[in-house]
Amino acid sequence: MTLLVVENLSKEFGGIHAVEDLTFSIAPGTIHSIIGPNGAGKTTLFNLITGVYVPSSGSIRFDGEEISGRPTFELAKRGISRSFQNLQIFFNMTALENVMVGRHLHQRRGLLAAMLRFPGSVRADEAARQKASELLAYVGLEQYLGAEADSLPYGALKRLEIARALAAEPKLLLLDEPAAGCNATETQEIDDLIQKVAAGGVTVVLVEHDMRLVMGISDHILVLDYGKKLTEGTAEEVRGNPDVIAAYLGAGAASEAGAASEAGGGTEAH
Amino acid sequence: MLAEFLQFLFSGITVGAIYALVALGFSIIYNASHVINFAQGEFVMIGGMATVFMMAGGLPLPAAMLVAVAIAVCAGLALERFAVGQSRGASVVTLIIITIGASIFLRGLASVVWDRNFHTLPSFSGDEPIRLAGATLTPQSLWVLGVTLVVAVLLFWFFTRTLMGKAMLATAHNRLAAQLVGINTRFVLMLSFGLAAALGAIGGILITPIAPTYFEGGVMLGLKGFSAAIVGGLGHGLGAIVGGLIVGIAEAMGAGYISSAYKDAFAFVLILLVLFFMPSGLFGVRGTERV
Amino acid sequence: MAVTEKDAGTEALKRGARRTALLSPRYAGVGALILVIIVLQFFFTNNFHYDVAIKIGLSAIVCVGLNLLIGYAGQISLGHAGFFGLGAYSSAILTDSYGWPPLASLFAGLVLVGVLSFVLARPILRLKGHYLAMATLGMGIIISIVLNQEVDLTGGPDGMPVPAFSLFGWSPNSEPAWYWLVSGVLVVTVWLSLNLIDSSIGRALRAVHGSEVAAETVGVDTTRYKVLIFVVSALFASLAGSLFAHYTGFLTPVVAEFFTSIQFVIMVVFGGMASVFGSVVGAAVLTALPEFLTVLHDYEHLVFGLLLMLTMIFMSKGLLPSLIILIRRRLP
Repeated sequence: MTLLVVENLSKEFGGIHAVEDLTFSIAPGTIHSIIGPNGAGKTTLFNLITGVYVPSSGSIRFDGEEISGRPTFELAKRGISRSFQNLQIFFNMTALENVMVGRHLHQRRGLLAAMLRFPGSVRADEAARQKASELLAYVGLEQYLGAEADSLPYGALKRLEIARALAAEPKLLLLDEPAAGCNATETQEIDDLIQKVAAGGVTVVLVEHDMRLVMGISDHILVLDYGKKLTEGTAEEVRGNPDVIAAYLGAGAASEAGAASEAGGGTEAH
Repeated sequence: MLAEFLQFLFSGITVGAIYALVALGFSIIYNASHVINFAQGEFVMIGGMATVFMMAGGLPLPAAMLVAVAIAVCAGLALERFAVGQSRGASVVTLIIITIGASIFLRGLASVVWDRNFHTLPSFSGDEPIRLAGATLTPQSLWVLGVTLVVAVLLFWFFTRTLMGKAMLATAHNRLAAQLVGINTRFVLMLSFGLAAALGAIGGILITPIAPTYFEGGVMLGLKGFSAAIVGGLGHGLGAIVGGLIVGIAEAMGAGYISSAYKDAFAFVLILLVLFFMPSGLFGVRGTERV
Repeated sequence: MAVTEKDAGTEALKRGARRTALLSPRYAGVGALILVIIVLQFFFTNNFHYDVAIKIGLSAIVCVGLNLLIGYAGQISLGHAGFFGLGAYSSAILTDSYGWPPLASLFAGLVLVGVLSFVLARPILRLKGHYLAMATLGMGIIISIVLNQEVDLTGGPDGMPVPAFSLFGWSPNSEPAWYWLVSGVLVVTVWLSLNLIDSSIGRALRAVHGSEVAAETVGVDTTRYKVLIFVVSALFASLAGSLFAHYTGFLTPVVAEFFTSIQFVIMVVFGGMASVFGSVVGAAVLTALPEFLTVLHDYEHLVFGLLLMLTMIFMSKGLLPSLIILIRRRLP
């Protein structure tokens, strides 16, 4: 059983292969991480899966249907949502409204009903407000309920993006470096949140540089290098792969690999 | 038949050269600051009007022209220093409104300092038309084409051969990196506004003997120059010149063969078609959105 | 236990929502607007005052619509005078030359503008920033040139007469009658706009402004909403144009000029982007100023341009939002 199947996927930018002949699949209900050095094509891959970029060749199937080249909003309807490495917050709205936009697909959207404030439209809006405030609490942002989005600290904005994506009720949630720029406590909170989301039945795909986080929570890891698949497997398998240590971590980073190894082992022991 | 076609072509190329000068101004400022300067047409107007009034004040034509260009350059520098430069990081809409405000202001200033009448200049070297395969070409048209060509060559030399020109290109490409290698990007911005103003003023001086000018005379020239810049690909030097000639020729042919009443409309129909079907212009490159 | 706690939270949220609702723009703002409209009229001593107020109201209708597009959805238009002009000329031509009833002509204008803006919206709104500005500008100028050149239909630059307006037998035949009519339409326009902003559509529009790609990832068809709001704002302009034609009784293509488009944008930006009442204030200040400061006539362009630059440089949020921020800062 697979939720997402990527086959021979390639994306070229003016002769440079950002993603090249990539094949992998993602099982539902898992936490799947994509790692690799900077420029390995991780964000490009996210942009391809979410329809921000159109693939140069290859196929992406979601829930058994071909989705490559479909517009982003349509993929959201099918159940793919995401967060961004460079924050894409609606800074012209409150935190709550940001999440309410996430309810867009689950609300009535008639122009006349909205302009004339039909009772049904008002009720639907109230329900969306309710759901959004629950989601803010779910990601731990209840104290920012009435705050303008631009007044939130960086770490909170990362979680706001997750709440907004969750509001769309996705089957597949792609998180692009959710812990980047966060301190140890915030990273731990994000870690917990991701596990909570996954436990709720949402398949999570993660791009992350924090190896401790990745090794700790991933069911499956895909390693990219120069747009190509270096290897994939469980944390255990990837950690032990000499190619990964050589190509990704580099010779001098062996000690760091050791640290990540320990952290991963620690979590598994629980 | 041929004579008629040539006649339209000549007038198209002549006015197209002016559009090219205006378009070059748009592109230079756009490259340096990513601002579309809606007051570019006013530089053209200032060029023509200032020359007229300097001559009325007793200056000979060449001196009047120099003073006019200097006045336009001052206006350009002031625009950068006091308006656009004050709003670094503002949204596109804000910057558009600021330069529109500047254009209205400059028009208002011209109507108060000078007047609201139409003015013309004498042709630079007589009005004896040159006959060519049945069509006629005025000496002033040759002046327009000649000066535009010289200006284009000088600009090309400036941007490819001088350190300052290369610094401007570098700033256009990546302002932060340019700063890091020691380029005074602040100066580059000032210079680009000054240069664009000078180009506009030269265009204004050249065209005034052919088409009389007045305080609002820059509006259409500016908008058509903007069209030309977009047709050629915003920020592209050669594109601006080719775009200018295309808009000028399309307008002259449209006015000649289809309808002279709709002369002004052709440039805008053309720009809509270009934007709809090739949004980055003839020479532009389509950027990829990064998220 | 947990359930009741949650219910209590919900209840508190609802109560809070109800309390803020009474202070919201929808109730407090519209109430204040109606109050101003009623009170203002006691100060009018002659038809000139009414005339200025009516012109303010008509500009405000256009600007409230335009602000939905520029301020909320973040898409500039430098061509809305074209839609204003098409609405005006539809009413003028159909009533004067074809003897249609004014209301039917007004609706015909709305249909024309609705269809035209819908057809143009898709290719135009694919463009961004300066390219969008150029395309809307070109569209407006082409409309203005057509109105100038189709002399048989429009009378060309010399203009054409427009018969009086009538609504089911009632005809606003005095300045006060027009004042109430225009004010009524303005209040409805403001009400509809406030409702729209505070709906899922309104949030989708603001999301388009905030981040198009993020809006798409939660299912917002950004193109569709841009098109929608372009058409809605064009319809507001057309409606105001029709009323303007009947009110002035004589129409020239100046109404559709590039500079008229610019004036609408200036009112929106000066009053405050993404502020419905800001647009009303912007329209009021910038319509009334030149009318009352006739001494400034020669300097009108100069002052207008300067004001515009200064506002954008020092008060880039616009008049009303800046004032609100100032007042909030003063309050404890």
